[in-house]
Amino acid sequence: MLEIRGLTASIGEKPILKGIDLTVPDGEVHAIMGPNGAGKSTLGYVLSGRDDYTVTGGSVVYNGVDLLDMAPEQRAAAGVFLAFQAPIELPGVNNANFLRTALNAIRRAHGESELDAVQFLKLARIETKRLAMPDDMLKRNVNVGFSGGEKKRNEVLQMALLRPSLAILDETDSGLDIDALRIVADGVNALRAPTFSALVITHHQRLLDRLVPNRVHVLAHGRIVRSGGPELARELEKNGYADLLAEAA
Amino acid sequence: MSTTAETIDAISTGYKWGFETDIEMDLAPKGLNEDIVRLISARKNEPDWLLEYRLKAFAAWQKMEEPDWARVAHPPIDYQDLHYYAAPKKKDGPKSLDEVDPELLKMYEKLGIPLKERAVLAGVVDDRPQIAVDAVFDSVSVATTYREALSKVGVIFCPISEAVRDHPDLVQQYLGSVVPVADNYFSALNAAVFTDGSFCYIPKGVRCPMELSTYFRINARNTGQFERTLIVAEAGAHVSYLEGCTAPQRDENQLHAAVVELIAMDDATIKYSTVQNWYPGDENGKGGIYNFVTKRGVCRGARSKISWTQVETGSAITWKYPSCVLIGEDSVGEFYSVAVTTHHQQADTGTKMIHIGKGSTSTIVSKGISAGKSNNTYRGLVRMLPSADGARNHTQCDSLLIGDTCGAHTVPYIESRNPSARVEHEATTSKIDEEKLFYCRQRGLTEEDAVNLIVNGFCKEVLKELPMEFAVEAQKLLAVSLEGSVG
Repeated sequence: MLEIRGLTASIGEKPILKGIDLTVPDGEVHAIMGPNGAGKSTLGYVLSGRDDYTVTGGSVVYNGVDLLDMAPEQRAAAGVFLAFQAPIELPGVNNANFLRTALNAIRRAHGESELDAVQFLKLARIETKRLAMPDDMLKRNVNVGFSGGEKKRNEVLQMALLRPSLAILDETDSGLDIDALRIVADGVNALRAPTFSALVITHHQRLLDRLVPNRVHVLAHGRIVRSGGPELARELEKNGYADLLAEAA
Repeated sequence: MSTTAETIDAISTGYKWGFETDIEMDLAPKGLNEDIVRLISARKNEPDWLLEYRLKAFAAWQKMEEPDWARVAHPPIDYQDLHYYAAPKKKDGPKSLDEVDPELLKMYEKLGIPLKERAVLAGVVDDRPQIAVDAVFDSVSVATTYREALSKVGVIFCPISEAVRDHPDLVQQYLGSVVPVADNYFSALNAAVFTDGSFCYIPKGVRCPMELSTYFRINARNTGQFERTLIVAEAGAHVSYLEGCTAPQRDENQLHAAVVELIAMDDATIKYSTVQNWYPGDENGKGGIYNFVTKRGVCRGARSKISWTQVETGSAITWKYPSCVLIGEDSVGEFYSVAVTTHHQQADTGTKMIHIGKGSTSTIVSKGISAGKSNNTYRGLVRMLPSADGARNHTQCDSLLIGDTCGAHTVPYIESRNPSARVEHEATTSKIDEEKLFYCRQRGLTEEDAVNLIVNGFCKEVLKELPMEFAVEAQKLLAVSLEGSVG
């Protein structure tokens, strides 16, 4: 279970998160919606430990441990995965090698044996096939020369291989066509289990149609201004954020 | 920002080759003058022509001035405060490996240099590649392995001092033919006082059956190392040569001024790979080797090829421009380089490609990695002479910065005097930034592993040019140089 209490964070002198309270029980998928600049991506970065943000108050406890005390790689080992809105290119770094290094780092942290290249490729091919990705995606350099859609699919592939218990998807659906969108949704749905939970940051109802979140939260001005069931997303799709923002202000 | 700063902190003096070996030495008195030049020549029982060659070089050197155009700064070098000859004491040269001082064998073992020939046993398959090694300790070669196996196919691989004695005609014909005596300040100094180095001769049509390598070790205090390497590949011959170097960790600077000459005839190929790992000095810039090296190859024959690959991680100062003079028609010159600088290291390195022959082509791939307070300069010349019809060059020059207190500089010189010649130059500068590191760490990699992965990716084009075992070694070396993960 993820429990966020009174979380405030700033970048430089500028406060971005102004007191987030949010609980995501195991087994649930929660959607985070809200206007641009509300702090949605910041929330994802702060939960996964990016340095550029300073946490100024509050707590984040995941499965009983304080995430805020941990380095990013420790959080990854604890099961936290962030699918980046703009995945990073790593020139000269082979995708398969990157994924195997990451997977083995996490396996090591869990006291599991490392996979050799052959074992890894076997596993990776199953996932690429399931995600309808060409095999050569593994041979190419990490995200270099990938189309926008390919980058997002690569994030989903990483998620499928690393099997996190808490996935944070930062607008992984934006800019995707219907087929790619289905792949993202299927990627998350495939991981669904009583021990898995996800925070899905999105602007679009079409992803939520396939994902069907347990809860929808609206983040605006650094706070959660409203929470509800899946119907809240449909309402927002129809009416926009204007009413909500006026209410919150 | 703080993550990058931590990475820089993590880069410590992880130099694990810094130990000293206690060996009784025969040392020439400090200082440089004609008598010392004569003494070196006498110690080596050299013929008159070589003594004359040395004296001519010494006279030229005295009239020359130390070059100051490179982007390196150092206190003036006192050339009179060095020993120009240092050799392990012995009665006669070792006749076989069994006679080599066990202390020396132990030292090379510690460095991971195999000075034992692996016996070929009937029915036992050994997949490990055989590598012939010439080990140069301070001023002299202490052992050369696999000489018999090589001589069966006509390949000569021996210390150059021995070649002077046993193959004087070959040495006299080629020594100084690529790098003339007065080519530059440091090459002139080398010509005057060089003490040893390797000589390789690959006869016509022979593909050298194993990798040849020389391993240089500076051990003695206040000693300069001036080695001389000469490689000749006759028509259709093929050779791959590796060079490695380390030195003990000392507070004072030590001078290393080598000269390497390569000659490739028609259809011959010489591949020369270096992993340079001289002691770089400590994190405050104290100590380390001053590496002033002249390396040049000439593609004399048609379709001949010379390929330089270097991984430069050591030395306080690196001043080095392995070059190709492309005389033969359709001859090929290549330069692949990774230069890493950390702390206060300064590297000014690159290449010269001189196109003379029709249709000659050259490729330059240079990867500079700077960290700490270091400065890393690529300096390269591509010259197309009027005779170089249809010649082509492609240069790719990439710099990677770690932190914000280091410098990367690119200084290309391009001269084309032939309208049909084509020259391309590409350059990029990137940073190991927070974003890349965070992306990797979010996937579970430690910061060190992340830096490693990014650096190796950055260097991949060059590392893949190295012979396999060397490539693995080079990757490890990059990791150690950049992360202080001391072994």
